[in-house]
Amino acid sequence: MRFRIEQRPEPSASMRIAAPVVATVLTLLVGSAMFAVLGFDPLSTLQAFFIAPLNSMNGLSELLLKASPLILIGCGLAVGFRANVWNIGAEGQLIIGAIAACGVGLFYPDPESPLLLPLMVVAGAGAGMLWAAIPAFLRARMNTNEILVTLMLTYIATLFLSWLVHGPWRDPAGFNYPQTALLPAAAMFEPFDYSYRLNPSIFITGVAVLLMWLFTDRSFLGYKMSVGGAAPLAARYAGFRESAAVWTGLLAGGAAAGIAGMAELSGPLGQLSPQISPGYGFAAIIVAFIGRLNAFGIVLGGLLMSLLFLGGETVQMTLGLSSSLTRIFQGILLFFLLAADFFIFYRIRLIPEHA
Amino acid sequence: MIPRLELRNISKRYPGVVANDDISMTILPGEIHAVLGENGAGKSTLMKIIYGAAQADSGEILCDGKLIEAHNPATSRALGIEMVYQHFALFESVTVVENIALAVSGAFDLNALAAQITELSQRYGMPIDPWRRVHDLSVGERQRVEIVRCLLQSPKLLILDEPTSVLTPQAVTKLFETLRHLASEGCSILYISHKLDEVQELCDSATVLRNGKVTGTARPKETTAIELARMMVGSKLPEMHVTPSVRSEKPVLTVRSLSAPAGKSGIALSDISFGVHGGEIVGLAGVSGNGQAELISLLSGERLHRDTGTIEIDGKAVDRLDAAARRKLGLTFVPEERLGRGAVPPHSLSQNAVLTGHKAGLVRRGLVDRGKANGFANAVIEKFKVKANGPQAAAQSLSGGNLQKYIVGREITLQPKLLLVSQPTWGVDVGAAAFIRQTLVDLSRAGAAVLVVSEELDELFEICDRLLVICQGRVSPPLMRTQTNREEVGLLMTRIGGNNETGRSGPVALQN
Amino acid sequence: MDLFLAIFTGTIIAATPLIFAALGELVVEKSGVLNLGIEGMMLMGAAFAFWAVIAGLPMPVAIVIGALAGAAASLLFGVLALTFLTNQYAAGLALAIFGSGVSAFLGRNFGSSPIDALKPVHIPLLSDIPVLGPMLFRFDPLVYLALVMFAVISWFLYRTKGGLILRTIGESPETAHAIGYPVIKIRYMAVLFGGLMAGLAGAYLSVAYTPLWVENMTAGKGWIALALVVFATWRPLRVLLGAWLFGGMTILQLQGQALGLAVPSELLSALPYLATIVVLVIISRNRQILALHFPASLAKPFRPAS
Repeated sequence: MRFRIEQRPEPSASMRIAAPVVATVLTLLVGSAMFAVLGFDPLSTLQAFFIAPLNSMNGLSELLLKASPLILIGCGLAVGFRANVWNIGAEGQLIIGAIAACGVGLFYPDPESPLLLPLMVVAGAGAGMLWAAIPAFLRARMNTNEILVTLMLTYIATLFLSWLVHGPWRDPAGFNYPQTALLPAAAMFEPFDYSYRLNPSIFITGVAVLLMWLFTDRSFLGYKMSVGGAAPLAARYAGFRESAAVWTGLLAGGAAAGIAGMAELSGPLGQLSPQISPGYGFAAIIVAFIGRLNAFGIVLGGLLMSLLFLGGETVQMTLGLSSSLTRIFQGILLFFLLAADFFIFYRIRLIPEHA
Repeated sequence: MIPRLELRNISKRYPGVVANDDISMTILPGEIHAVLGENGAGKSTLMKIIYGAAQADSGEILCDGKLIEAHNPATSRALGIEMVYQHFALFESVTVVENIALAVSGAFDLNALAAQITELSQRYGMPIDPWRRVHDLSVGERQRVEIVRCLLQSPKLLILDEPTSVLTPQAVTKLFETLRHLASEGCSILYISHKLDEVQELCDSATVLRNGKVTGTARPKETTAIELARMMVGSKLPEMHVTPSVRSEKPVLTVRSLSAPAGKSGIALSDISFGVHGGEIVGLAGVSGNGQAELISLLSGERLHRDTGTIEIDGKAVDRLDAAARRKLGLTFVPEERLGRGAVPPHSLSQNAVLTGHKAGLVRRGLVDRGKANGFANAVIEKFKVKANGPQAAAQSLSGGNLQKYIVGREITLQPKLLLVSQPTWGVDVGAAAFIRQTLVDLSRAGAAVLVVSEELDELFEICDRLLVICQGRVSPPLMRTQTNREEVGLLMTRIGGNNETGRSGPVALQN
Repeated sequence: MDLFLAIFTGTIIAATPLIFAALGELVVEKSGVLNLGIEGMMLMGAAFAFWAVIAGLPMPVAIVIGALAGAAASLLFGVLALTFLTNQYAAGLALAIFGSGVSAFLGRNFGSSPIDALKPVHIPLLSDIPVLGPMLFRFDPLVYLALVMFAVISWFLYRTKGGLILRTIGESPETAHAIGYPVIKIRYMAVLFGGLMAGLAGAYLSVAYTPLWVENMTAGKGWIALALVVFATWRPLRVLLGAWLFGGMTILQLQGQALGLAVPSELLSALPYLATIVVLVIISRNRQILALHFPASLAKPFRPAS
């Protein structure tokens, strides 16, 4: 028997659903093998990684708390990815959003104003967009590769944050720790229940998911951007502007990341420190791809990725395994997922030797 | 005599289509053998199989009596089989000699090879400079490079795929001389074409294909064109109804002293002026690569330039308007590239309706109306007899001809005031081509202005009221179709204005 | 004079990992493939080479192990991008994340003590020449290897048939396939070579440049190498010059900090990243210059028609 790979006349609908499932299963298999090689019992380690975190209300609260920024940013990035606008600097936009929100929270004249929290949302979104506007401008007007610029700006944002919390914004009463003062209560999202950390900022993510669905499935703007991504010459033929897609894509990602940064600050953190994000901005790229750049897929991808983060923390605490396993899992999952996508568009056909 | 090449029962299927079905043929040494068939008959697939660029599903190929097994282009060349592609297999970014070095084995000595190229190209009467970059060559020169590349291998069998589609009538004569010269030296030639007159002039024997099957063999010089055509098409050729045109008073499209610097393909446009009126079809003839692509992208708004007042639609200057804004003024456009420009390959036909149909009520309040888009796509599919699995079929799943019908149908259904069409019937079968041409005529007779860009002179002579000829970025004054002929247009295709290349000047029946 | 010498030699050394990584990526991109995962491959190379040194293997072996780790990582990318026709941006990003995870995981037990760094050469006579000796003849062997690689790659790309094939595959894989070259196989080789070079770059960082394990020790150098290829408009000599420019930027920043300039250290640290953006903008503005040596099929998936 020989085999041949051929293009399907139509993308396969069933493979579209099966691919992520198969990829997840394969990731788990490779993960088990990896644990076995490291000398841990695969089943109990997988249990610790993927099941234990979900065994309690607190676990579920943490799952949603971590999934929320991932989904939010994933939605924002997917807007651009659909048009081949590669914003991979969401991490930097998140940091800048958090910085701007923190500035408002710390220095707004009336620390008890009910306006404080909404203002911080606006500041976070605005600052994220501003940071993303730099690569947007450079790509749209100067033809500069946005991948590299967004990434360089992330390093710069990280250094800027470090300077702020080590220098001008350092809490004088903070025992020289590199962090700002705690935000006033009015600048914080009040948790649903003080036993857990989940807070109403998750509704912002809910709205973002709905907007994303409307954008991809129904809107003409979303249609235009998907044309630009799939066939740039067709977009030009129809008169859809590339620069509009660049701006929309980058600003959407910047706004989402900026809000996510603000929500982290006004949610679980309460103050600015150099460790504002455990890499949400990068993980959200994977979330967007796992979700196939579509709203509900991104929700599932965000939950899965959040579980990977939680699992990484759990095995670190219970088994003493490094949390860098999380990144390995993320990478493997993305590898399998991308490879599995191949079978949506192609199939393998066996050819008998004597045809 | 042992045949140079023998095909036995070759079959090849692609998903959804049988490209070659049980094809057998024999070519003798020194024979010029035609493979005749209309677009989509399976000629190109068959040639790729012979050359090894594609593998047959079943069947045998024998060269000089020996069975060829597990073959690819490299082994074919080792056997002395060479191929000149319809779309040239040349790399633009490197020089002629580097291109040729890629195809020949032996030491990598560019200087020696360049000398060889110069010598050989002189001997066969088609001089080329080995040190020029292919990017800077005209289409005709590129074909010379291809042929010289093949000749360097002293081939036993030379395959040419539609070699004249890029040549002027005068250059065709020159090419035929070279081919006869080669055949007299014992080289077999496999000549693929859909042009009857050329095959009758050049070829000793012919195999005719239709829908992937052999429908006949003939000695073209002893067979009438009508018989050959019947074998090719299988039924009576459809007839056209062209009523006299009634031109609108004012032109719908006016082009005034349009000049533009060289674009990617390196052809600058200089001082182009013409008008297209409502109620008429104007054809733009010319060998491809003479500025058609640049002109059409400037007219469609895909490319903008700095001057103003050079292009007007309905009396309105549009130089600074992008494609979407020009469409609002009543322009629609069928581009040469169907996949990736005229349609988004992975999108469904229904989604592809929205691409240009969005202003026709398919989008409301910023949201796409899927029901209407489906309806629109369905209407086009039915009216233009597009073979597709309904409006949800992906554009890339359609055959080239069917996608062409869909795009032409979409642009016509939008009821344009001005329609630009590039190569309206490329890859479309004869019946559908006639239908598309008739629809263009009907559209113009209903009052629209139509500009057709085509490399097929026959097509232009069939449907156009006036003809323009483009050469080296210059456009001739308009010729009335009824007062000109192919020879005159052919001459203009090689020289317009001051740039003398080869031809002599002759009387030209210009309008006015 | 001492300061000048420090800046000069520091620049050459700081540029070395960039030269390896960017030259490797240049070859990959010339074949029409865009591998964004340099950072991940470098980190793999750094971690595995460091591990080999700790495990007591001889230095040359450790460096080879680092290079092979980079190549192995690139193979993951190659399978995705070349066999499974994945979006090359996504596959490269996946590799960047995966590589950083693997390197961090491997490095969790490396501790914080330095290892014995790769020793500089001592060439009798040459190294002892005053001024010129310390300037040119007292580097570690990998610095010279980087220059040799530059010469070899320039020669290969523009003076050999192999290089011609590679470049033309980068222009049009369809045409290369049509005249009978094994496009996918050649692209695999290019990708593996790129991985080897990135692994070498990473190994240089961990066993020669800063012989001390720090998680994420590349700190964006992989991405800067990518930018360098654009900056160089896909020409080897300009990669070399660009790497020295960026190396110089890094050294100036370190010297600035050492001299206690009255500027925040973060600002100085941000300089190379800022410079990358500025340089990219300047280069990208002129599309014609970019187009001249740009591999036209870059990042476009290709599958040979059968």
